[in-house]
Formats: sequence, C-alpha cells, structure tokens
Amino acid sequence: MDLEIQQRVIDLTSKFGAENMIVMLGGAEAEASGLSAETVCAGDPTFAGPLAGIALGLGVYHVVESEVKNEFDPAVYDEQCGMMEMVLDIDSIIGEVKTVRDEYSKYNK
Amino acid sequence: MSFPVIKKATYILVNTPDMIIHNGTTQTLEKETNPDSEYLKEIVKHLRSFEDVVGYAPNQTYIGGMTPEELSEIKRPWNASKVENAKRFAEFGEIMPQDEFYGLIKVSDVFDLVLLEKDFTEVVRGKFTSHPVLNIKVDALKAGEELSVIESFVKSGAEGLFMDGKLVGCIKKAHEFDKNLTSHIMLENLSVKASGVLALMHLVKNSGINVNEVEYLIECSEEAVGDMNQRGGGNIAKACGEIAGIKGATGTDMRGFCAGPSHALVTASALVKSGIYKNVIVFAGGATAKLGMNGKDHIKKGLPILEDCLGGFAVLISENDGVSPVMRTDVVGRHTIGHGAAPQAVIEALVSEPLARVGMKITDVDKYAPEMQTPDITEPAGAGDVPTQNYKMIGALAVKSGQLDRKELPNFVTAHGYPGYAPTQGHIPSGVPIIGHGINHIMSGKLNNFMIIGKGSLFLGRMTNLFDGVSILIEKNSGVIEEPSGISKEEIKNMIAEEMKNFADSMLK
Repeated sequence: MDLEIQQRVIDLTSKFGAENMIVMLGGAEAEASGLSAETVCAGDPTFAGPLAGIALGLGVYHVVESEVKNEFDPAVYDEQCGMMEMVLDIDSIIGEVKTVRDEYSKYNK
Repeated sequence: MSFPVIKKATYILVNTPDMIIHNGTTQTLEKETNPDSEYLKEIVKHLRSFEDVVGYAPNQTYIGGMTPEELSEIKRPWNASKVENAKRFAEFGEIMPQDEFYGLIKVSDVFDLVLLEKDFTEVVRGKFTSHPVLNIKVDALKAGEELSVIESFVKSGAEGLFMDGKLVGCIKKAHEFDKNLTSHIMLENLSVKASGVLALMHLVKNSGINVNEVEYLIECSEEAVGDMNQRGGGNIAKACGEIAGIKGATGTDMRGFCAGPSHALVTASALVKSGIYKNVIVFAGGATAKLGMNGKDHIKKGLPILEDCLGGFAVLISENDGVSPVMRTDVVGRHTIGHGAAPQAVIEALVSEPLARVGMKITDVDKYAPEMQTPDITEPAGAGDVPTQNYKMIGALAVKSGQLDRKELPNFVTAHGYPGYAPTQGHIPSGVPIIGHGINHIMSGKLNNFMIIGKGSLFLGRMTNLFDGVSILIEKNSGVIEEPSGISKEEIKNMIAEEMKNFADSMLK
C-alpha cells in the first residue's frame, strides 16, 4: 500500500478511533488487495511504510464483496462497478480480502 | 473531408544496465533511505546481458523484428526463452547498447556538460562509424577526457556514467546554485533528448521523407526542461530536432503524463488537416527514472531486472496521400473533467462515445491499443496484465451496451487486442506501440482499423485527482482524395456571359 496512504490511515485512525473506521479497497488484483488489507489490519508486510509493525486491526472490505455491494443503490452500483464486475476475478479478490479480515481485523468485521 | 495520414513509425530501445542502478528512482531512493540494503547488493547480479535484451521477444516485437501475432504464439513468461537469430536492428528501429548511448548523450549536449573518458570515446567512435544513422556523428563525439578529470568532477557533484560498474564519463551540473539545473536533472533531460533524437533520426531515414519538408515536431515525454525561474519552459522538441538535423522545423512539448502521445497525435492530426503544416512528427524519448522501478519484486520472484531499457518512438503525420492509413479526426474520444474516474466512465468516454457518434459499434474496431506494457514486467509486481485488463473492460462495456454476448467476452479479448510488449516507461507503452504493426497490417489488408487509447494519471503531480485520456481511430485509406467542392467566380462569370450571349442572339432573331 502506498506509503502516503498508510500515513493517512494512521492519521485518520488516531483522529476518529479504530472502531469508527472502515477501509474500502478497489484494486483490480487479488494478491495486491490482500496485501493492502493486511497492511491496515496486521501491519505493512513489506515493512516499507509507516504501518510497518503496527497492527491497527481495522475493518477492511473490497468494494466487490456482497457486504459492501448490498449497501449501495443497485443502479448506482451498476453504473460505477457493473463493468468491472465482469472484468475482475471477483472470487479470488473476495477470498484474499475476507481471509485477511477474518484473521486480523479486530473491528467492524 | 480529407483526413491526415500516418505514414511511418519508428521505435527504439536503449539497454542501460548501469543507469538502472545509478539513475532509477527505486534504486536511488533505496540508496538514500537504506544504503546498506540487501537489494542494492543483489541487483548487480540480476542484470541481463545486451544479447539477452536483444533476444527478448517483447523487445523484438517493439522494434518490428516480429509481429504481435508471432509474439502471442510464444509461451509465457517470455523471459524464459530467447528469440533465435534476434538482431539489434529491425524494421522499425533498433535496440542500442549503453556505450553507444553515452556517445549519443555526448553528441546531444551543446553546453559541454558531458565528458567521456578518452579510450572509451574511441571505442564508441568506432561503433558510430558502422551505425546506420549515427555514422554522421563520428566527429561530433570530439576528443575524450582523462579519467582523472572526470573523477574530480564526479567528486564535486557531477553524475557519473558507468559501464559494468566502471566510471567512463560524467554529466556536470549546468549551474552552481540553480536547483533545476543539477547534474541529476541534466542527466535525465539529456537522456530523454538523446533517445528522442535516435527515434527521430531513424524516422527520417525509414520514411524516406525529405528532411526539409518536416515543419513541426511535437515531443511528448514526461520530463520538464527549464531552470529555476521557469521550471518547465520546455521545447526539447526543437532541441532534439536540431541534433537530428531537421532544419525546416520548429516544435513544442506537449505534456499529459501517459496520455501525452495520444494528445500529441490528435493535435498533430489537427495541424495537418487544417492545412497549417504538411508534415508533423510526434516523438518522445525515455525516462531514466523509471528504470528498474519494480526491481524489488522482480528479484524477490527470482527474475532478472526486466526494466532495463529506455524506450523511444517517432511517428510521421502528413497530408492525405491516398495510400497511407488515415487519422479519423471525426472519431476522437476525450475524457472530460465532468466524466468522473470510474473505469466505466473512462471507457465510455474513450471508446463507446466516439464510435457511437459515427454510428460504429465497439466490435467494429479490429484492434484496440491501450496501455501496452509487457505483462512479464507487471504481473510479478502485482499489477496484473494491463493490456488484457483493458480489453476485458472494453469487451465488458460492449456486453453492457448489448453489442456483445456475455459468453463472447473471452474471444473478444484475443480477437480485438494484442499482448503487451512495451517497457514500463510511462508514455512509451501508451497506445503508440501498435502503430508500426498497425500500419503494416492495414496496408496488407490484414486489419481495417485500430484505435489508440491514451490514459493519464494526473494525480501524480498533486494538482488534481482527475483522470485523463484521449483516443483516436486509425483506418485504411479509401483511396479517394476529395477535391474542394464549390464553383469558382471565373466559372460563374463564364456561365453568365454565355447566357447573355444566348439572350442577345435570341433578340436578333
């Protein structure tokens, strides 16, 4: 996960509290999405950024997961995400992110 | 309507192994933040030889040594095999080794900032003598310097130029205090200049055009040329044209991040179609900063450093000749400020909307050319196969608009797209790599059209979060050059005179 985004996650979490935070991912690849998810729950696994060794335990979801999709107006979701649903490997992405969330998230799982 | 045509395209790669280590930002940043890192020690063991770079199938495809169709036949990953009898010179250009490139940088320098060691200079001079376009630059190399002189400049801040780890030259800062004329910036700008010059010189030769008939140059890389008072003043286009000997031209720089080349193609087409200029060249050299950008991921996965080349290209746009493929200036897509950043909105703006305006369907375009990065480079870095993702998105949009059956989507991807074969040099892979092959295939009847799609990530400059892109369709020439319609005053006068004579005759009867 980009180093500056990691810092923003840290700053927002200290401002609002981890229990009031959810991180929403939108990346196109399962592996990269899993790494981003792990970064905001368990700490930066590449040890490159501010979240190295810091486990915030935040709730993290990918926009293609049904928990998220069901929150949207279907017409809006179709307009914004409908095309990408046909393109992305949805099952792999959901698999990666859910696995990370189940294991490492402490809040909003 | 007489469309402008696209006559020729050239492509060059420059293999720069030492520049990866000394000038690629992933490496220079690592040196600054973690100077004892394992990565910096490991990287020297993962550099490909020039022979391997020439034998790498995507590189051969880029310079026209093989077609994208032939590339698709080769099993992936392509870095696991070598192309038999691969040559450094091919139909569209060449793959240049690092030593010759340092010579080209020297020749491109008009402020005595570049010094090359004297024995090294003679080696390069010998190579220039047998080079098809640089043989005229043999004397411009001038005499080389003593190594001790170069070492002392490097000690006081000049950027070193290295071959296999040995110092062979340097690039000095252009000003004692100006932060925009540092040796680092001069190296980056001279590198984009030299690689741009090489692409230009190949284009002038390959197109057969009378060099004095080129009137305008648009350079579309992503570098900024200027000093502390005007950081991006620009016009490296004209600077490159000077070295390439294009005496009848002026030019300008057009910037749009990765979408730069597409913006430049549309603009060049407009200049020619309007009659302002008859021949415009769109070109760009490569970025040393991007060398080895994903090096850490490549080494982690046991791969060589695959981002070991600078890229460059040059394209000639001219008046309609009745033969060359036309630029359909009536099928131009643009991603507007109001469109929004959702992938669907972007693809609609760049693909379906411009096609719909002329009654075309998404399936009416034979080949799409979006970002054409080599997947060997991007997949190990977690970014997937970018061209394929783009073809899937375009196909998905066709499905959503009822132009394509859902189950045809996998076929659409292979039928309407080529595998990626360009280096991750930002503007370089963005649409333009297809042009050389596209022109050949249209001329041979294999393709009827192709669409170039350029997309830019503007947020990188921290001025906007907006996305950007433009696209244009290129199509077979119908062969009919329309004459200007309308009747001249002379014809009208003659018609009136004729009628008055007839009237007078009838009066006399």
